[in-house]
This record gives sequence, structure tokens and C-alpha cells, in this order.
Amino acid sequence: MSKIIVVTSGKGGVGKTTTSAAISAGLAKRGHKTVVIDFDVGLRNLDMIMGCERRVVFDFINVIQGDAKLKQALIRDKRLDNLAVLPTSQTRDKDALTQEGVEAVLNELKEEFDYIICDSPAGIERGALMAMYYADEAIVVTNPEVSSVRDSDRVLGLLQSKTHRAEEEGAEPIKAQVLITRHDQARIDKGEMMTVEDVLEILAVPLLGIIPESPAVLRASNMGVPVVLDDPSAAASAYEDAVARLVGEQVEMKIGGERRPGLISRLFGRTA
Amino acid sequence: MFGFSLKPRKPNAAQTAKDRLQILLAHERSGASPDCLPELQRDILEAIRKHMKIDRDAIDIKMERGEGLSSLEINIEFPADQRKA
Repeated sequence: MSKIIVVTSGKGGVGKTTTSAAISAGLAKRGHKTVVIDFDVGLRNLDMIMGCERRVVFDFINVIQGDAKLKQALIRDKRLDNLAVLPTSQTRDKDALTQEGVEAVLNELKEEFDYIICDSPAGIERGALMAMYYADEAIVVTNPEVSSVRDSDRVLGLLQSKTHRAEEEGAEPIKAQVLITRHDQARIDKGEMMTVEDVLEILAVPLLGIIPESPAVLRASNMGVPVVLDDPSAAASAYEDAVARLVGEQVEMKIGGERRPGLISRLFGRTA
Repeated sequence: MFGFSLKPRKPNAAQTAKDRLQILLAHERSGASPDCLPELQRDILEAIRKHMKIDRDAIDIKMERGEGLSSLEINIEFPADQRKA
């Protein structure tokens, strides 16, 4: 039985696409057949973060409109053979995302994939609503910062009201979990940043993981590599833990910053 | 040992990012967008169907955008018993 998981947030720039890439690569690494879909029509970026931007031929909108077959639009990842990307259109607008079209594509993807990750655009308009509509679960990406938490709360409301599971009589509601990104323990210690407990108290949903602020995230996006497939880092292992929890494992919640290189390794000029 | 590493130097991440963007944006700005591809696909299919019996889904177009040069790879599958048809 395949699962549709939306990665959403309301606010932009909190790490939805980074998270979609890391979670989908993490699931694929564990052997699950996974596809990640870009719902941000007109502002395609998942392809860059996944490093397949030069290989886009057809897209999600071409498939919805019948101009291409799904298998022609899916880009198979070169690093993991059970991972695929469905890029979006860079030239169309969000009206091209019809509910029937999205449903048809998702149903076809369910035949091949165990996990379908929907990378939502920012905002709460058509693209975002379409990304969440058919979801079984949601990952709400939140920074410990007032506007992000407020927007997450708004999105949690939409997940419980404007989705297929919300409208369907007798259906289980979407299982929503918060993923806190850009977590900075040093700033929390100084009282400059809300704690995880603060955020959870306000949002009142379960916690999927805590991703520390980490230079590895920018590096990975520069290189076009999902952070879990790049060199080991605190962010990568935090994402791996989140993936383990997503598939139902019990993993202790760790709050870790980037491991500081010791004096010796610094003296010996360890690079990267 | 001190100051340099024996491992091959990794490409600088910022430089890689800039290079990737330059290649991609050069293609996007030139308007050589793949918007013509559905039409191209239709035209190719039609041309081939004049001569051979092939399926609508039998065409697979792959693209690799490069610096200064892009390649378009078109694969068309047709049944082995074509001649008997």
C-alpha cells in the first residue's frame, strides 16, 4: 500500500524542498521505491536540489494535459535506482494543476511506488492545496521563528479541512507531524530562539524530527545532492532519523549541532 | 600533510553552484525551453507511423543540457514482428 506524504509549511524558505529531497532520498536509501513530485508550478526548483535539472524533458503538467506519458516525464535518479523525480513546469501557471489530473497521476504513481512525496509550494493557494489534497500524511516544516510557526498553524488547519481525507466521510484525518529545521542550540541557550518544546506546545502535533542549522545543507544544494547522499553531517543524520520515524521506527530525538572538528583534525587540515 | 591533502581536491561547492546555474539559465533565457517537445514528439511519431506500425507510447525522448551543447536522444520501440504486420 503506497503512501502519499506532503511536505508543506505555508511560509517560504523554511526548507520544504531540501526536506522533500532528503526524505525521499532517505526512503529510497532504505530500499523503498520513492518518487518526489514538484508542485511549485512556474518556479521549478526540486530538479536543481536533486541535481537533475539538465535532464528535464517533460513535466508533471505535460502529463496532466496528456502531452506526455508519465514514464516519459519521470527522471530516474542516477545515484539510487529506486528513486525518481517528477519535475514541474517552469513556464505554465498553477491553474494547470487540475484536481482530476493530479489524482490520475497519483493513482498511476501508486502502481509503482511505495512512497509519493509531494513538495508543496509556499503559500496556501492552488499549488499548495493540490499538493496536500490527496495526502495520507503531512510533514509540516517549521523554523523556530514566529512567522513560520504561525503559518504552520494555518497549514495544519487546512490539512484538517481542505483535503480529501477531511472531506471524505469516515476517513482517518491526515497524520500531520512537525519537522523543525534550522534549529540552533547555541541561540536557544542564549534565549534568542524558541525551544522545540515551545513550538510543539503551540502547534500541538507530534514531532518528526529536529534538523540543526548546518553548512551541509547549503553545500548539498550547491552540489545538487540530497543532503543524506552527501558527506556525513549532523543535518544528514537528523534527516535519516526523521526518515526512520516516518517508516515507524522508534528513534530517540537528538538535538545536535554540527560536530566541531577537534583540534587535531583542524591542525591536519581536514577539508570540507 | 600539513596544509594540503592527498585526496583529490573536491570542487568548490559555490563554484559548482554557479556553474550549474549559468548552464541552466542560459538555456532558460534563450527560450529554448522544452515547450516544443510535446509537438516534436507528435511530429516524429506521425512521420514514423507513415512507414511503420508503432505504439503511441513507444517514443522516449531524453535530453542532457550541457555547456554550449545539448543532446537530444530519441528512442523508438517497435514490435519485433513489424514486417509481418
